[in-house]
Amino acid sequence: MDTFQTLLLGSVLVPSIASLGILFFLLNDKHMAKKVAYLAFGFPCIAGIILFLNFDPNHTGYAYEILYDRMGLQSLGITFHLGLNGVSAPLFAMAGFVGLAAALVAIQSDTDRLPLYLSMLAFMQSGLMGLFASIDLLFYYLFHEFALIPTFLMIGLWGGRDRRTIALEITIYLTLGALISLGGLVALNVMLDAPKFDFPSLSAAILADGLGIETQKKIFGLLLFGFGILVALFPFHSWAPRGYEAAPTSVSMLHAGVLKKFGLYGLVQLALPLLPAGGLSWGPYILLLALGNILFVGAITVAQNNLKSMIGNGSVMHMGYCFLGLGVCSSLGASATIMLMCAHGLSVSLMFLLANSINQRTNTLEMNEMGGLAAKTPLLACFFAAATFATIGLPGFGNFWGEFAIFLSLGGYGLDGSGEITEKHLFLVLAALGIIISAIFGLRAMSRIFFGEQSEELSAHEKKSKINDLSFAESIPAVLILLPLMFIGLWPKGISEGIDTNITKRYELLEKGGSNFGLPSCCPVDQVLKKTVNHQRQSEAKNVGEGNQ
Amino acid sequence: MEELIGFSQENLWTEIWPELTLAMGAILILLFDLFLSKEKKGNNICGAFAVFFQLCLLIYHLFDYLLINHTFDRSSFSGMLRHGFQGDLTRTFFLLSSLCVSILGNRFLQMQKLRFGEFHHLTMLATAGLMILCQSSNFIVLFVALEMVALAFYPLVAYNRNSTKSLEAGIKYLVFGALSSALLLLGIVLIYGVGANPSAWSAVSPGPNGMDFLSFDYVALLLEENQGHLLLRAGVVLVLSGIAFKVGAAPFQIWVADVYHGSPMPITAFLAVSSKAAGFFLLLNLVNGPFEGMSEFLFPLIGFVATFTILFGNLAACAQAKLKRMLGLSGVAHAGYLLVAVMASMHLAGDSDRAVWVVYFYLYVYLFASFVVFGVMSLANLSDDSTHETEHYAGLLKEHPWAAISLLVGIASLAGIPPFGGFIAKLMLFNVAFEAKLYVSLVAMVVGVVISIYYYFGWIREICFEPKLRFDDDIPLENPWSKLGNIGFLKWTVLVCALVSFVLGLWQGPFGDAF
Repeated sequence: MDTFQTLLLGSVLVPSIASLGILFFLLNDKHMAKKVAYLAFGFPCIAGIILFLNFDPNHTGYAYEILYDRMGLQSLGITFHLGLNGVSAPLFAMAGFVGLAAALVAIQSDTDRLPLYLSMLAFMQSGLMGLFASIDLLFYYLFHEFALIPTFLMIGLWGGRDRRTIALEITIYLTLGALISLGGLVALNVMLDAPKFDFPSLSAAILADGLGIETQKKIFGLLLFGFGILVALFPFHSWAPRGYEAAPTSVSMLHAGVLKKFGLYGLVQLALPLLPAGGLSWGPYILLLALGNILFVGAITVAQNNLKSMIGNGSVMHMGYCFLGLGVCSSLGASATIMLMCAHGLSVSLMFLLANSINQRTNTLEMNEMGGLAAKTPLLACFFAAATFATIGLPGFGNFWGEFAIFLSLGGYGLDGSGEITEKHLFLVLAALGIIISAIFGLRAMSRIFFGEQSEELSAHEKKSKINDLSFAESIPAVLILLPLMFIGLWPKGISEGIDTNITKRYELLEKGGSNFGLPSCCPVDQVLKKTVNHQRQSEAKNVGEGNQ
Repeated sequence: MEELIGFSQENLWTEIWPELTLAMGAILILLFDLFLSKEKKGNNICGAFAVFFQLCLLIYHLFDYLLINHTFDRSSFSGMLRHGFQGDLTRTFFLLSSLCVSILGNRFLQMQKLRFGEFHHLTMLATAGLMILCQSSNFIVLFVALEMVALAFYPLVAYNRNSTKSLEAGIKYLVFGALSSALLLLGIVLIYGVGANPSAWSAVSPGPNGMDFLSFDYVALLLEENQGHLLLRAGVVLVLSGIAFKVGAAPFQIWVADVYHGSPMPITAFLAVSSKAAGFFLLLNLVNGPFEGMSEFLFPLIGFVATFTILFGNLAACAQAKLKRMLGLSGVAHAGYLLVAVMASMHLAGDSDRAVWVVYFYLYVYLFASFVVFGVMSLANLSDDSTHETEHYAGLLKEHPWAAISLLVGIASLAGIPPFGGFIAKLMLFNVAFEAKLYVSLVAMVVGVVISIYYYFGWIREICFEPKLRFDDDIPLENPWSKLGNIGFLKWTVLVCALVSFVLGLWQGPFGDAF
């Protein structure tokens, strides 16, 4: 095993070992538990950065592979198989960043039974790192469950109002989603009978003898709705805002930021490239449901008064964009979705983190009981403004590139091969409305929290305890998340290259597939770009001509 | 004398040495009970001897068929019994279960101040009967073994003579058990009636003469030739109904909640594990043996029963306040899942025996998880063990973390949450059900598992989270965890079972190769 493989394995194992260590030996030693937690979360973060930077963007397959094939279910082809490819490497690094930031928040928060809290959080982190590092599908699923179990327990133990009910509610809801997607995975396993139950073997099996169109449609439907419930696809989203509102901050950060990407990751890596006909026939429905996320949940978000539930609803709304990118069924759309997943994971966890900081200062999350905070906490206001701009999708932050590319792919989807504007462009128009919705709730939150007049409730609270700006220690986690977010925003090529290489190769079947399956082909993206460029040239020529006159 | 030796060699008595030894042990215990003082000391000796004896037998039996004499398929007693690797696995299963029941029983008998001797005697006899039952290859042996088991179970269910609940459960079990035996017997008689003289019932004779009309082989041939024969169909359905009673499959599940509720805790576990498992081992033998010819006819029937059982068990369990009732009904749901695996084994018969192994693996996982749960429950120092409610568990994590964590492992394994054995069992089950194209049952299973989260997680919630707020005028709860007293082996049993439940989730060992 070389250094990089050790780092990969370590980033999965170190948090879980640390978690067990804290659980068995350090439950009463807060000080030592914190030190162990630094190691448990620092290691995956640093390993993630190193592995991501070292990843060759032109490499189409998996790198740093680790394989152990005596797990006991050989006949199902189940092995312990870790590795990273162009799609998973940036998500893996993102999980490391968010995990470290969440842990820092937890360490600073000083909740009761902190060692137990850190132990569970470390266990969750282990699952998160494992899920993006796993090539084997069963372990991919298992790691997701590893991360979910502490989520339920932590909501029940440290959550806010109604935690007992909400913990039970989201357990049932997410179990339903997980089981439906497990059904889809089992169906793939049985139908394809590949020698190994992992991403590359299944792809090879599909190429060797593809599944019939009807089968593809059914399995894709299972995966779509199973994963859809886990990602809060409209109309299965109702668990998410309530859950995030009740969950403790670190859990909200990790769940909304990283864990929820499990389903999207599965759809991008597995469902679309392996089941192209299924994807193409479900595509329009995905787009419709995604618009439900954007417009319906968006409207709900605007009406929220509670900061945390606004962020929760907003994160559900932005999942709509990710689904739009998938519904288009093109390599551009899928790449854009990955891009947005990375950026959104960072931005939403930054929002939850800052909401926690605001809550610590104002002792409330109701936005109409705040106001005028910017004068007292300028640094916090700056961070919050950055997070809001990122959420809205302004240039300079990663979200911009994700959303921009998704709109581009939607434009291509509407062109319908002929190059003319069709009624399908309505999707694009409606999706673009979402930007306005995000701007409304984001900027309104800004103005209600940080500007305007200070509310009476806040003044009353201020008399009891003074409101300070973010300390240096408190701003570290925020900076930790903001840096990669701006890295993606300012230099998108840093992650897009690896994603592109991988997706373009794996989506060949889908891009070509439309006509083979007797379904409307998706429009090749280069055609869209050519059209746009031609159009620009024409207008430039026209301008030049006009100038000459 | 020579005649005797000849008789013994001809019938291969040595083939059933584990059953004979166990029965011998049971009689020894009765003798101990008779001649030793009736004081506490005598009780202790009986209890310790039962546990020690069964442990030795279990270990020796494991060594015997895994290492010393590798097992192979063979029959004894003129084809009335059939032995093999699967038979030995079922023996191990029942011995293990019986050992755990004895350990739980010692705790229970000590707390309720009941007599030890008869309890262990009956448990071991029932186990010997179960072992014979699952290796039978003739309907006469099947019925006799089944009656032996049933007769041992009736007094066991009513063993706690101080409790009206237990007596009530005993009567109910007796009535329903007798009914199920009657159905089974009627079914056997119908099959025998047609089989002994096929031409009289306008059925086709299966050919070879001189075969025992009740042997599985003859019935298999008979049913193969006369798939549409009404009387034979009725017979098959009646036999299966009798078994459905034993496993608690709907619509024959009505006794389950009451009997589980009233029985002493170890016997509830015994019913839940051994009795149910025996039904499934038997069912596997029957549907893949003598009843194979009727598969086409049986599919819709078992399919309906399985779906109905899953939904009924889970929905009914949601509404239960008493934990023992809840566990009984969740056991009904598990029976439904297992019926799906049995159906898959019928579909896949000839291609692969993976579905059969899934049933075995599922039952083993169910055994370990159940004994963790029942073991922790029997720790509780409650005056009446039928009053268990989830709210009693609020203080467990603080007072006895090892018990609480084991219990969490057990519940999670029953609920099928990874990384515990129950999840892998359900995964395998989904896999074979999909392979056999049982889509309706698959949907029912998914719905069932999701519903089951409600009651299993409800219990987990009470163990882990802060207790629910109580009103001042609520009846105060006893704290069952404050004085546990002498728990002996029970702690280790619970811990080992929990550990095995966990390990089976990550590494399936020899089972993995069989899938």
